Amino acid sequence: MSAPSKGGASRDGYGSALLKLASDPRVVVLEADLGKSTKSCLFRAENPERTVSLGIAEQNMMLVSAGMAASGKIPFASTFAIFTERAFEQVRNGIARPGLVVHICGSHGGIHTGTDGSSAQSIEDLAIYRTIPNMTVMHPCDDLSAEELTIQLLNHDKPSYTRTARNKVPRVYDENNVSELRIGKGSLIKEGKDVAIIACGVMVNEAKIAAEKLSEEGISVSVVDMHTIKPLDGKIIEKLAKKCGCIVTVEDHSKIGGLGGGVAEYLSKNIPTPLEMVGVDDRFGESGQTSELMAHMGIDYNAIIQASHAAIKRK
Amino acid sequence: MEIARKCRIDIVEMVHKAGAGHPGGSLSAIDFIVGLYGTEFRFNPNDPNWDDRDRFIMSKGHASPAVYSMLHQLGVITKDDIDTFRTLGSTCQGHVDMKWTEGVDFSAGSLGMGLSFGLGCAMAAKMDASERNIWVMIGDGETQEGQIWEAAMAADFHNVGNLNVVIDRNRIQNDDFMNVQMEIGDIGSKFESFGWKVVEIDGHNMKEIVDAVKQATENQNEPCAIVAHTIKGKGVSYMENNPSFHGKAPSDEELVIALEELS
Repeated sequence: MSAPSKGGASRDGYGSALLKLASDPRVVVLEADLGKSTKSCLFRAENPERTVSLGIAEQNMMLVSAGMAASGKIPFASTFAIFTERAFEQVRNGIARPGLVVHICGSHGGIHTGTDGSSAQSIEDLAIYRTIPNMTVMHPCDDLSAEELTIQLLNHDKPSYTRTARNKVPRVYDENNVSELRIGKGSLIKEGKDVAIIACGVMVNEAKIAAEKLSEEGISVSVVDMHTIKPLDGKIIEKLAKKCGCIVTVEDHSKIGGLGGGVAEYLSKNIPTPLEMVGVDDRFGESGQTSELMAHMGIDYNAIIQASHAAIKRK
Repeated sequence: MEIARKCRIDIVEMVHKAGAGHPGGSLSAIDFIVGLYGTEFRFNPNDPNWDDRDRFIMSKGHASPAVYSMLHQLGVITKDDIDTFRTLGSTCQGHVDMKWTEGVDFSAGSLGMGLSFGLGCAMAAKMDASERNIWVMIGDGETQEGQIWEAAMAADFHNVGNLNVVIDRNRIQNDDFMNVQMEIGDIGSKFESFGWKVVEIDGHNMKEIVDAVKQATENQNEPCAIVAHTIKGKGVSYMENNPSFHGKAPSDEELVIALEELS
């Protein structure tokens, strides 16, 4: 898919999606003081009567959302990804267990968040929410796809967690092709035969850069935007495993339990295939500029190129 | 009080049959529940999912036998249902669960969450201009959870007059008396300081219960907290004020004594 290079942060897409969803009177938005950051502030400005401020009290926010969902509302609750984790058990017991359809958005996910340091850099959110039964887990790569997938949540019948990112990245999609996205279906960005790179979030852009550089070496690369981590699109994983014979997963997240973990679980059960994971090692982040942190933590396009070579060698 | 007596029999019988459960906090809570359902609570046993019904959120979900006994006496669930309490596939799960039981409005089991859930229900009702009143029952030990006070703060800030909480003040928690484990002190004044209207009652005096329920229902200006001073295990002599019956079933011999005392 060709795309303009104009940048957009996925959190901006979440904010604009909420505005578009406002025409449905069931939609309510819940905030825990960080609306300016998550971009729910856009909804608040236009729909204050359906925006609920809970203050810096995430546990309460999750259960207030659950109560509203049980009363016919469609709640969208957001805060930083890391602070949703503070209310993990509330999400597990109060939202997912009774199957209440609450849509949680955790912004500022991953080390991409940068200079705030490790306390703000959620690198385990995708893993923990993925373990909750019936939870849909998404991590879109740019503003347009975040907007599209958030809008699709309106008719989604399960609780969900969507991680968005703080910083702008080049757009992967444009206004025309973004509507082809579907929750639960991986999106093939580039088709090649030597190695398949399956990425999510801000790392889709890094994967695209890596694929271009690999093609200069004569290596033909497939790139998938796996915006939905759960339910994971097994069909596309299987198709690429057969076609390319090796896979590299790429995420701004711990190598444990996230996209890489999910793909590894699928491959080992269904179609054992050499797999290399690019992600955060079993360690916390630190303060730094985004680009230097990504290189420092081993999750930039150079790491993807190295992992691709390693994966191809294992075929 | 006759219905409360029948509920108490249901409670001790179902916990005995299951060989597990929480009789103490069920017996302390049941008088208030009967007083609520018998008076102001807008609920139709023939249509337990009626959209505009009031909500009863049992946040201290381990007191599930109290809720099941009430629903049984109302005819919402059957004797067979309560006889299978805590068994595989039963309508009556160990802790109250809205996915499993008609007439249950909240999936509890993890303390501290129900007041926030009730706040969400109350705010949604206000958005819809509904007359729904939301009732939440919490334990006094449960007030040790910080989330209770997050909800207490937010209920006042959002001026949620259709939200009421009753605190089952039986002074005993899982391990021991609260004044050994973590005494919270004057719960009523704490809710008051957060802007709630507070009423203190004897939680086993039906007249005081009914008056408090009426007062809280009529007061739509602010959220109401009813501190119901109760006796854990009320109605069964050896369970009364006895921490060991927080989460223990009576033996066969103890059941006989309980049923004698309740008949």
